[in-house]
Formats: sequence, C-alpha cells, structure tokens
Amino acid sequence: MTAAPDHTPTFAALTPMERLDKATPILMVPVLVVLGFLAIGSTSSWLTLTVSGLAMGMMIFIMASGLTLVFGLMDVINFGHGAFISVGAFVGVSVLVALSGWTGAASLMLNLAAILLAVIAAMSVTAVLGWGFERVIVRPVYGAHLKQILVTVGGLIVIEQLIHVVWGPSEIYINRPEMLQGAVTFAGAAIEKYRLLAVAVGLVLFVAMRLVLRRTKIGLIVRAGVENGEMVRALGYRLSLVFIGVFVAGSALAGLGGVMWGLYQEVITAGMGERMMILVFIVVIIGGLGSVEGAFIGALMVGLLQNYIAFLEPKLALISNIGLMTAILMWRPQGMLPVVKAK
Amino acid sequence: MSDPILTLKNVHTDIAQYHILHGVDLEVPRGQVTMLLGRNGVGKTTTLRTVIGHWQARAGSVFFDGQDITALPTPARARAGIGFVPEDMGIFTDLTVEENMVLAASSAPLDPARLDWIFAAFPPLKTFWDSEAGNLSGGQKQMLSIARAMAEERKLYLIDEPTKGLAPAIVSTMARALKDLKNQGASILLVEQNFSVAKALGDSVAVMDDGKVIWTGAMAELAGSAELQDTLMGLSMEAH
Ligand SMILES: Nc1ncnc2c1ncn2[C@@H]1O[C@H](COP(=O)(O)OP(=O)(O)OP(=O)(O)O)[C@@H](O)[C@H]1O
Ligand SMILES: [Mg+2]
Repeated sequence: MTAAPDHTPTFAALTPMERLDKATPILMVPVLVVLGFLAIGSTSSWLTLTVSGLAMGMMIFIMASGLTLVFGLMDVINFGHGAFISVGAFVGVSVLVALSGWTGAASLMLNLAAILLAVIAAMSVTAVLGWGFERVIVRPVYGAHLKQILVTVGGLIVIEQLIHVVWGPSEIYINRPEMLQGAVTFAGAAIEKYRLLAVAVGLVLFVAMRLVLRRTKIGLIVRAGVENGEMVRALGYRLSLVFIGVFVAGSALAGLGGVMWGLYQEVITAGMGERMMILVFIVVIIGGLGSVEGAFIGALMVGLLQNYIAFLEPKLALISNIGLMTAILMWRPQGMLPVVKAK
Repeated sequence: MSDPILTLKNVHTDIAQYHILHGVDLEVPRGQVTMLLGRNGVGKTTTLRTVIGHWQARAGSVFFDGQDITALPTPARARAGIGFVPEDMGIFTDLTVEENMVLAASSAPLDPARLDWIFAAFPPLKTFWDSEAGNLSGGQKQMLSIARAMAEERKLYLIDEPTKGLAPAIVSTMARALKDLKNQGASILLVEQNFSVAKALGDSVAVMDDGKVIWTGAMAELAGSAELQDTLMGLSMEAH
C-alpha cells in the first residue's frame, strides 16, 4: 500500500465560465435594470419605473421569504399563505383606521408609529393564525402533496369567507398616512415616498434574514434542514419545532406583506392575498425552492420586469412573469439558486 | 461484564410495502467495536437506520443504554447519545466545513481540545475549514462525516461503510481515526465491507443475511477461519 499525498489536497480551480455561471443569478438584477434603461430611453421614466419595480419586488419578497423556507424544510405546499396576506392587510388597515388621528397628522413620526402598530398587530394575528393553521390543517398531511393542495386551498377559502364575515363583503379603501402621500422629485423623476419606504423595509428584512440564516445556530439548522432534514434530526435537533417556528415567522411576514401591499394599492379585498400568490409562487419557483437569496433575486426581477413591460408594452404585462418563469426554468430547471436536496 | 449498550430484539422493519428486516437480534457490547457484516442488500443499512429512528420498527424492540427507545423520535435518540454516520455521509454541502462541525456539536459549543484531536486525525478539514463542504473531494467528505460524529462525545456510534470508494491511503486514515475513537472508550457499531479494516478494528462481529443476524461471535474467531468467512459471507469476501 503506498501512501498517497492525501493531506495536501487542493480544489480544482474554477474556470472563468464556471465562475460566471455561479455569479449569474446575482448579476441578473443589475443586468435587467440596465436593459430597462436601454429599452426605455428616458432617464426619469426609467428611474420612476425602477424604484416602483424594486418596491413591488421587495413586497413580493416579504410575502415569499417564509413560504420558500416552508417549502424547502418540510416540502409543504401551502396555498393558505395567501389568506395570511389578506388577514394581515385587514388587521393592519383596521388599526390604521382606528389611529386616523395619527395617520392624518402632518408628522412623519406619528405616521410611522401608526404603521408600526398596524404592522405589529397584523403580524401578531397572522403569526397566531399560522400556528393554528400548521397544527390543524398542514400537520395531518405531511408528505402528501395532493392532499396539501386540497386542504390548504380549503383553508384559504374558509379564511377569506371569515374576512367577509368580520369586515363585510366589499373592498375597503384606505389613504396612506399624510407624510407618505405624494412623491419626491429626484433627477427629474417623480418617486412616490411610500415606495422608498417599501424598498427600505424589504432591504432591512433581507439583510436581517441573511444574518439569522448565516450567523445563528437556528439559521444553520434551517439551512441544513432544507438540504437534509433527516441528518439534522440525526444530530439531535427537533426539526419539527424549527419548522413550526419557520411557519409562524413566514405567516407573520405574509401579514407584514399584506399591510404593505394594502397601503401600496390603497385598497384591500379578501381575495388580494390569493391573487398575490401567483407572483409569490413564481418567485419561489424561479428562486429555487428553499432559497431566501433566490426568492429575493426572483422577486426583484418580477417586480422590475412587470413595471418595465407595463410601460413598454402594456398588453404583455400580464404574461411577462410567466414568460420570465419559463425562461428561467429552461435555463435552470431547479430555479436560480437551487438547494441541493439529499433525497 | 456490564449490559450491552445496544440491544435489538426480534426487530422487524418495513420500507414502504417491503418487509426488509425479518427479526434482527443484535447486541453491541460497551466499549467495543462491533462489526455488522454481510452481502449487499441484506439489511445492514436498514438496521442502522432503524436504530437511529429513520425507519420505525414495526415489531420487536430496541434498547439503548438500558432504555427502550423503540418508539422515540430520531432527535431524542441522538440526544440520548447515539451518533450516526449514514452511508451517503449526509454532508450539508451548502454549509462550510466549520458550519457542519458547529451543527454536529448539538448539546454544547465545539470543544477546542476535541477539535484539535479531529484536526490531527483529518488535517484536510483544517485546511478547508472555511470552504463549502460541497466542494470537498469524496474522501474529504467522508472525513467530515466521521469528524462530525466525533465532534461530541456519544455513547454509541453507528457508522455505515466509512471506507466506501476511498483510495487505500485514505482508508488507512479513516481506520486510524476509528481506532482513536475506540481507544477513547466509545462503543461502535460499524458496517464495513473492507475485511482487512474490519479485522483490524472489530472486537465482535454480527453477520447478516436476508434481513436477519445469522451469526455472532468474536472477530478473532471469524478472522481465523477461512471456512467460516466463506460460508457466512461468500460473495462479499471474494470481492475483496
Ligand atoms: N428506500 C427503500 N425503498 C425500497 N427498498 C429499499 C429501500 N432502502 C433499502 N431497500 C431494500 O432493503 C434491502 C436492504 O437494504 P440495505 O440498504 O439495508 O442493505 P445493505 O445491507 O446496507 O446493503 P449494502 O451493502 O449494499 O449497503 C435491499 O433489498 C434494498 O433494496
Ligand atoms: Mg448499506
């Protein structure tokens, strides 16, 4: 037996092409922004559309971030997520209506305080709702996709009807708080203030999630669990508890997304979450099931593309995202940042 | 002689509709390396997976350290003191080597002295501490999978084919590490097709065939009898 030099190993160097391939998903957002600039031509329109696309993308990301982890960790398909978006919006808007003294005041502090309280209320309610939903509806159907689709769609419909019971059958219109109405002008472009807030909230959430996922033990467990839950359990971690935590957090984030989306549209309906789920699922799929970074990139691309296309070729706006999904899946069938699955 | 660390009594395991284990009886003595041998497909991996709880025994019982763990969920078995190194290594490829090791120490932070011991056994892990585990070579991944089990003291280690597909030099690295583990007083249930490794490490042996343990005895007895090896393991021995 000869002693091979097994202790001085090196990695095979990546070729430039492989490097590019690894970096492509991250580069796609700036590339899309540049392409948008070239296609639109006018700097001010492009700037307006870009901010609006980023804002929309951030809100979709907020709604999709929890769902992708739920998918990745337990392979659970949850259409009920859409109901949490709607419930969040209704709870949040109710709080904002109750605080109309604060939202109507010409004070940014009071306005933001009102939004903060609305968000806290919405997230608390949807967190509790998510916890109950996981126990009652999702847990009995682990591992059975068809049943998951059926029962979670059932749960979605029931919750939508309950919204009608509590808040009445018609849509509710809402004004943004005083200081968040209107736009600021920058380089000749009108940029709605609220969109800047949405971008900021989305960015903060993304950075926070990354920190939790990369720097905490819980985050490590979640990332490892997405790849190989069986091994995580064999190391002694109760993955089912972690999953419930992720499910509850994801539901709360759906509630946050609902409040933000409601204020963005300035109208809320019981079906709003259900309608958002199409975009949310597209984002989760093109990002790669279980990948928060992928969902972030995917959401920004969906938001930007939707806004650019609506400006350039309004007739195509509806199918642009389906087109994007098709293109990305043809290029990477597992999504942009696929998580390697052990099984 | 104290009671065994692990005892399986008439364990039956089904995988989907297939009846795979047909009444496994097995004892793993404390502080020893017990080899689980047998041809391909006889149920060695299924036995280990039943002990850690990835498969649930349909009938029979599993006792670990004096406790009936037959109905316990996997994480509880791990926390009771069972370490598991699966046949496919179970490396978290998206995580760095360090993150894999941090996770492996599930009850307390990684002990630096233990880490030094692990680095001494597997120097490449130190070299690639910050690298993504998915980029490691097959042999390095196998080192990481054993190192993860070593990250924390466990009462029993279940190790499934740690030398599978490895070059001879790395096989001996692996064997040395397992010997180290044994010298620290660990109890090990080891599936190993490489008979020279099995011979060097094993104290006792259980041979499986067709979902059952068909022979148990001392390693010395099996190693000393070519005839016994032939009748018990036939094909698998010829392959080596
Ligand atoms: N997931 C599964 N689904 C169906 N059958 C399975 C599954 N896993 C194992 N089996 C079957 O169970 C039997 C025992 O498999 P097991 O992996 O325990 O054998 P083994 O002794 O570890 O073999 P090897 O030496 O090849 O690793 C085999 O016939 C195998 O085909
Ligand atoms: Mg096997």
